[in-house]
Amino acid sequence: MLDQFLSLLSPVCQSEPLADDASSPQAIKIATQDLVKVMDTLYHNEQTYFDMLSCITGIDNGPQAGTMEVVYNLYSIPFNYHLMIKVMLPRERPAIDSVSHLWKTGNWQEREIFDMYGIHFNNHPDLRRILMPADWQGYPLRKDYKHQDYYRDIKIEY
Amino acid sequence: MPTDQIQYKSHPDNLILSEPNKFKPGTLRSEEMIINLGPQHPSTHGVLRLEVLMDGEIVKEVVPHIGYLHRCFEKHAENLPYNQIIPFVDRLDYVASMNSEHAYALGVERMLGIEHQIPKRVEYIRVLVAELNRIASHFIAIGTYGMDIGAFSPFFWLMRDREHILRLLEWASGARLLYNYMWIGGLFYDVPVGFEERCLEFVNYIKPKLKELNTVLIENKIFVERTANVGVLPLDLAINCGVTGPMLRASGLRFDLRKVDGYSVYPDLDFNIPIGEGKMGKTGDCWDRTQVRVEEMYESLKIIEQCLDKLTKEHKRTRDFDPQALVPKKIRPKAQDMYVRAEIPKGELGFFFRADGKSDIPFRCKCRSCSFVNLSVLPEIAKGILIADLIAILGTIDVVMGEVDR
Repeated sequence: MLDQFLSLLSPVCQSEPLADDASSPQAIKIATQDLVKVMDTLYHNEQTYFDMLSCITGIDNGPQAGTMEVVYNLYSIPFNYHLMIKVMLPRERPAIDSVSHLWKTGNWQEREIFDMYGIHFNNHPDLRRILMPADWQGYPLRKDYKHQDYYRDIKIEY
Repeated sequence: MPTDQIQYKSHPDNLILSEPNKFKPGTLRSEEMIINLGPQHPSTHGVLRLEVLMDGEIVKEVVPHIGYLHRCFEKHAENLPYNQIIPFVDRLDYVASMNSEHAYALGVERMLGIEHQIPKRVEYIRVLVAELNRIASHFIAIGTYGMDIGAFSPFFWLMRDREHILRLLEWASGARLLYNYMWIGGLFYDVPVGFEERCLEFVNYIKPKLKELNTVLIENKIFVERTANVGVLPLDLAINCGVTGPMLRASGLRFDLRKVDGYSVYPDLDFNIPIGEGKMGKTGDCWDRTQVRVEEMYESLKIIEQCLDKLTKEHKRTRDFDPQALVPKKIRPKAQDMYVRAEIPKGELGFFFRADGKSDIPFRCKCRSCSFVNLSVLPEIAKGILIADLIAILGTIDVVMGEVDR
């Protein structure tokens, strides 16, 4: 199944998509600039028809590795296909295109990743913090996150 | 910190600065106004704030502000061993902890590769308590929904019957709501002696009560008039917004992960998946969503009966049965990424794990919560409705803020 997806995706990608074996469901690694084209193909193609975006995950690999990742879990209801799409980002000024024009559920899930990791989503309709207060400093799920001592005169203890 | 000191200096700007409104008063047209609903309001089922842009009585935009119950689940999970995360998982959806635990245990077991070695008795007990908890969760959903729109007595009746379930679960696990009962690879305890009989008693007790509920609330003319054709969620929008669970099924798609994925022992059990058919109005309206939940309770009772049958015959209690026999001493999955999902009463609960293969602590544990995603559909279906209907729609989404904010 994965080979079929790869052969479908390689014409639309500028850099070759790679299969990733150590994942369940099967995963494909793509480059940042190919994301929207890949998602558009997977969403609209009649052989795949990934109509549900189950989950978007942000991952920080830490300051030593210097990378962040965004992982998309797609599911196709009519064909019962699962697919994981992985995109690697630099840790300095991470930015990626939004997919919320394809799946509306992307809106809030991307906002959550922006909130927790500071990954900027280009062309997002409403990129604000969602879980943390609007004037919170820092991005809490980054591996090198240090919380502020006081928030509005409340001492923060962990 | 000593508690007799002032810990927080109140300032009128604090609320505005920490969670500013999306709409600014200066930019509104003269007939528009902003109504703030919540965060402390009984109809928001927890701490949810809705910023509602109104034109008279008509809702033009709804902007949910969430995060008031954010307890850093994912940050905690990155600092705790796999088995110690289970109590945190309980506190996500705190009215259906067993179901969340089931999903989490399933995920870690799948990463360890012991998913199919779990003893059948353990799996049947897991499904039994999870389905009991599913009924309890739907009781809350329907009871509070009735109360939201003015039917007060069904709430008390459902809370009374929910109490029987909570006592059964307390008897099994020792806690009323937050159980920590399902461990990775097994259970904390076997069910107590006599549990099966009491469970069967409960099933026989609850069946006529559900019929009563149907007569007094679901098919009541006032309730039908209030909920039919209100808040219609079309199927294409539902799928596009990632909506799952009873909400998606009420929109007319027969999609239940217990059947689709067939995890645990669900493939061996016989049950149906109720869907919304637009019996009282359009498919996917508030009445359909409530009706699907009621039908699901009957199906859960069917599952419970089958589980009890298996637990008293094929997989009977034996003296040497140890529910903790397969619990690993050291939980260290090999390096991998894993997305696992399971059906909890609100929809698809997913966990994304990244294990690095070197430690007992997950490198990343993301929780895809169904209430969070289901709530994001509210601004889509709440355009151009009356403000009273906004409350009616919010009730059928059945949000639990503990799971929305994590």
